[in-house]
Amino acid sequence: MNLSAFTKAGELAPLGRRAPRWRPGLAGARHSEVFASAGEAGGAAAALALALDEAVARLGDRSVLWVQDAAALRLGGRPYRPGLPKPLRHRVIHVAAKTPEDLLFALEEGLRCRDLAFVVGELAGNPKALDFTASRRLSLAAEKHGVPLMLVRLDAARDLSSARMRWQVRSAPSPAPQWNALAPGAPSWHADLFRSRAHAPGEWILRDDGHIFAADRIASQRTETPDHGDLAFAAGDRSLAAIAG
Amino acid sequence: MAIWLSRLAIDRWRLSQGKADAALSPLPLAGGAGRGNDHRSKIHPPVTLPASGRGTDAEPWVLIAETAHGPRIEVANDAGLAAGARPGMRLADARALCPALKTAPSDPKGDRAFLETLALWAQRWGPWSALDEPDGLLVDVSAVAHLFGGETRLLAEAQAAFAWRGLTTRLAIAPTAGAAWALAHFGPERAILAPEDDAAERLADLPAAALRLDDAVLTVLRRLGLKRIGQLHGIGRDALHRRFRSRSPEANPLTRLDQLLGRVAEPLLPVLAVPDPLVQRRLLEPLRHRELLDRVLADLAADMAHELEGQALGARRLELGLWRVDGETIVRRLEFAAATRDPTHIARLFAGKLDDIDAGFGIELVRLRASWTEPLALVQGDMETERSGSEAQGTSLAECIDRLTVRLGEKAVRRLVAYASHIPERAQRWQAPLAPEPASQGELAFHQRPLKLLDRPEMIAVLYATPDGFPQRFRWRGQVHEVARVEGPERIAPEWWREKSTARLRDYYRIEDGEGRRYWIYRHGLADDGRGEAPEWYLQGLCG
Repeated sequence: MNLSAFTKAGELAPLGRRAPRWRPGLAGARHSEVFASAGEAGGAAAALALALDEAVARLGDRSVLWVQDAAALRLGGRPYRPGLPKPLRHRVIHVAAKTPEDLLFALEEGLRCRDLAFVVGELAGNPKALDFTASRRLSLAAEKHGVPLMLVRLDAARDLSSARMRWQVRSAPSPAPQWNALAPGAPSWHADLFRSRAHAPGEWILRDDGHIFAADRIASQRTETPDHGDLAFAAGDRSLAAIAG
Repeated sequence: MAIWLSRLAIDRWRLSQGKADAALSPLPLAGGAGRGNDHRSKIHPPVTLPASGRGTDAEPWVLIAETAHGPRIEVANDAGLAAGARPGMRLADARALCPALKTAPSDPKGDRAFLETLALWAQRWGPWSALDEPDGLLVDVSAVAHLFGGETRLLAEAQAAFAWRGLTTRLAIAPTAGAAWALAHFGPERAILAPEDDAAERLADLPAAALRLDDAVLTVLRRLGLKRIGQLHGIGRDALHRRFRSRSPEANPLTRLDQLLGRVAEPLLPVLAVPDPLVQRRLLEPLRHRELLDRVLADLAADMAHELEGQALGARRLELGLWRVDGETIVRRLEFAAATRDPTHIARLFAGKLDDIDAGFGIELVRLRASWTEPLALVQGDMETERSGSEAQGTSLAECIDRLTVRLGEKAVRRLVAYASHIPERAQRWQAPLAPEPASQGELAFHQRPLKLLDRPEMIAVLYATPDGFPQRFRWRGQVHEVARVEGPERIAPEWWREKSTARLRDYYRIEDGEGRRYWIYRHGLADDGRGEAPEWYLQGLCG
């Protein structure tokens, strides 16, 4: 066995130090998953905010594909144009897929299209169709064509996936608006980045008031998982497509 | 040659009724049917053709058009005319004369389309034909009459051919279109005006209406005592010119008279058949296997691309016809989001539609037809795409949408567009993804709207409502939510110009529960609005 092909641990350490913590404005990953409850729109909203943050340079006059399967459509409703973020209102093309298989097909076709800014998928539960192979197909397509994919998983368990960043999102109490302290304020979400190949995991409060996308880091109380990720994440962030191609 | 289909609308209605009648009570085809190629059988109407005055046509029928003053009779059949119904009458007046009168809606658009097909069909008697709306045709038969054995026999054959199709006609041949029209409408049956005849004298006895003038001008002429064309000759041109100064020929008897006699030219717009781009392959050996069919399809797509490129067109709809050896025909249709002529794209999309084809004993003819085309300019090919294929470069948006619609259906892929309404579920509409956005005077500026809207508002059980109106605690999908913060009400009144008077208003509240989840709920109606029971609460939207 030729060990020279592997990176030495000594070389990895400085690489790991260079891998920064995630913050808004830092290009994230081509394929992200957002786990959220189906009883709120926080997952989809946070996914849109993250995708906009990621693909703002790509936007141009491109459209956005929003794919929902039947269960997600029934549980969470359809996108509503007057409530969408302003830069997206005229761009959204909605695809209502009946089955998870159709949803995966539509996502993959969307990822292959050079005229799309990004693709949002909404999928309820853990269907059989979305296994590790399917997830890897999506990662490959996203990285090969450079179209980011945000897959919102409604009421789903954290299954096996090749997504580069995986978030758990729920709504958080919003900051009080300036003029009416009794009213709900700008949307904010509690986001937990629990798996990522490029960044250290962590928890944030994300806020999007329509102009600025901000994130406040929450000091993690999780002491039971020792943080020796530095070795892993700098080594792991290779493009799958580069290997395959 | 002028052809006046004097009863076009009612004839067409009778033919369509006849088809319905035949479907209801299939008559035994006595004779005639087997002798379709026999020339004589063409002259006599076949048995299946509904004869005038029999079947449904025996009852008094009128075709009506809706007008601002109630239904008006456009045309009546023979029984209807006998019963006293006249075109232009109000239906109520005709019903007073004949209570048994039956009505059907008139169809001017269908009549016009039928007339267009007739105009193309009438080109069997001359090189080109023109429409003479609303119910006439003009065919140029200069120097072709001898092919039919003279003008008299030409007229007889044309009339017989129309009669065979169940259409009543009056025909005439004259050197000018105006004269032919006048003779067809007001002259004797099958009148012929030879070039050497004195047109002015032959036409002098026809009424002034034969000049194709507006009703207003005809009234003026009648009041002046000018009832026949001949009477106009007696008046000096200067006098007519002074009286009728209009430039449009319909309002100027002098121009019409000159056109009638051939002194000025009358431009006519010919009807031309535009054949759809069509390519086909007749196969020596019937196809039974899918790979061969794919190969033929790829060839056809390349041929079609070549054909379309030559005309600078792109296809929006393609129809693929497969003829089987045993006479069955299989048709597959494909619609594109944008005009295209990319052969690989076409072949790929059709491949998805051919999975359930039953080839039977084999397919012997494959035909591809572009039934809807749009202009598509020739563009420089992309060298990068040609070298590496579209797989590496990514697809264009139109291709992506085509692939999605072929698999998921047309209704599944849509774009959101704004619509001018305050009712939340009406404020957006869905349209084809590449269609242009409808013009609007700017979007309505709403205060705050939810990110997602439920297809159908879900009822919530309010456990405790404050006197101010909004709920402090409610249950939705089996889960209790404590309302922590609230904004509202935003009152949205029903659209009274569209909905019933009992429609209730809605008071919308934007709320946030104790865990930060934000919803959009509304109360349907007020407690004392007198439009139903105590108001109920609904949850309609999920805010981001």
